[in-house]
Amino acid sequence: MLKQIISGIQNIGHRAIESVWRLGVASRFFILVLLKSGTSLRRFDLVIRELYFTGVLSLIIIVVSGLFVGMVLGLQGYETLQKYGSESAVGTLVALSLVRELGPVVAALLFASRAGSAITAEIGLMKATEQLAAMGMMAVDPIARVVAPRFWAGVISMPFLAAMFSVMGVFGGYLVTVLFIGVDEGSYWSQMQSAVDFRFDILNGFIKSCFFGVAVTAIAVFEGYDAPPTAEGVSGATTRTVVTSSLVILGLDFILTAFMFRGVS
Amino acid sequence: MASETLIEVNDLNFSYPTRAILNGINMSMRRGQVIAVMGGSGSGKTTLLRLISGAIQPTSGYVKFAGEVVHELDRDALFKLRRKMGMLFQFGALFTDLSVFDNVAFQMREHTNLPESMIRDLVLMKLHAVGLRGGHQLMPNELSGGMARRVALARSIALDPMLIMYDEPFTGLDPISLSVIGNLIRRLTDSLGMTSIVVTHDVHESLKIVDYVYFIADGVIAAEGTPKEVRESIAPFVHQFIHGEEDGPVPFHYPAQAYRKDLNLEDIVA
Repeated sequence: MLKQIISGIQNIGHRAIESVWRLGVASRFFILVLLKSGTSLRRFDLVIRELYFTGVLSLIIIVVSGLFVGMVLGLQGYETLQKYGSESAVGTLVALSLVRELGPVVAALLFASRAGSAITAEIGLMKATEQLAAMGMMAVDPIARVVAPRFWAGVISMPFLAAMFSVMGVFGGYLVTVLFIGVDEGSYWSQMQSAVDFRFDILNGFIKSCFFGVAVTAIAVFEGYDAPPTAEGVSGATTRTVVTSSLVILGLDFILTAFMFRGVS
Repeated sequence: MASETLIEVNDLNFSYPTRAILNGINMSMRRGQVIAVMGGSGSGKTTLLRLISGAIQPTSGYVKFAGEVVHELDRDALFKLRRKMGMLFQFGALFTDLSVFDNVAFQMREHTNLPESMIRDLVLMKLHAVGLRGGHQLMPNELSGGMARRVALARSIALDPMLIMYDEPFTGLDPISLSVIGNLIRRLTDSLGMTSIVVTHDVHESLKIVDYVYFIADGVIAAEGTPKEVRESIAPFVHQFIHGEEDGPVPFHYPAQAYRKDLNLEDIVA
């Protein structure tokens, strides 16, 4: 009995040590990627190619989801607001929810599952099929040539995708409330215009999505590069990318929100 | 010039914390030679290639390549040295997102400032040497196993290296592709004046093309010699290996306790 308890505690200890150790490895890797980003900046065509794969190809899921989320927000917002006779404020509700929270967060979650998993799987498979080793043998550093361009492409795409998500959401809210339900068009836009502050709302949302972009792509490239070179290893790494980045996005969002919007009326 | 030593392996040891892999290896390889390194699976052949390319550090001893001790070089010097080496991986390791042409052009674009028109000519010449000039626009997923390895061969000779290492180049090939690859290794070595190290366990194909053979077993060189010497060898290990015999110095059975004991038949008198 005592033995079992001791081995249980040992297990917890081992896991804790392992997690901290892995975090250290990941941090070192992250710094290495930053240090070796020179090639990506000098040869920006490498980044542009990856921008297409991570950014442009994620557009469709972002646009469609943004539209639906906006439509739902409009519908739900209208149902509640009309009880108090303030349905004209529905535009404000839709825009603020999107710009401050849902735009950056939901776009980042979608980005993690659409582009993050793809980045992990691609790098992991390149490792498993010895493409990274072959590159090293050709005296080309795989971190500079493969990892860094993907990292920067992800970091650049994320804020644009989040902005696109919010824009589509605002449009979706407009479709439902103004065109279908019949809320006054003028008050939808003018209330939104007066309530949304550029620096306070839009800029903060933009900063959030930058943080998420760094977090998601850093996790994705690390998991891919660190994946055991087997089919099982790559599939595990892909799953870890989606799970870890989703949790990190939500955790970061709470911390950032606390700093940005605390004590504001 | 032809007899100049390119690679010298001196009393090389390599071990993981729990297990010794290589134990006191000595080798000498000259320019223009094709050398086979043979041995069973897990005997440390691939580890030897990784030590020569500087991917891992020896526990003791050294590898000297073109007069430089590989493990003493810093990163930049090692990368510079690797431009003089090529490596053919077991399944080619072509970059799957690049076409055949771009795969072969990869090193030229990364390491030289040659104009695109000259790169085009060079790539087509390299592909012509392996018989795949007509397939330069194909993607790696459109190639058969043998073709992929020929493209990888063209890619590894892109910058005219002094040494090419082949990691199991014959695995999983049909007889025609097998002798195509074998002959290419010999022909390219002769025409480019380089050195080739072929890690393999394909005895018959490799004995046809190589100048010298090293057998590695349990981390030491069990035997060495020219193909003729090896074929005529009466050393038990070499004989077993060359003729593919099931039992011999390399036992068929994994070490185990007595068979009768395992089946709990000890008490029963036969």
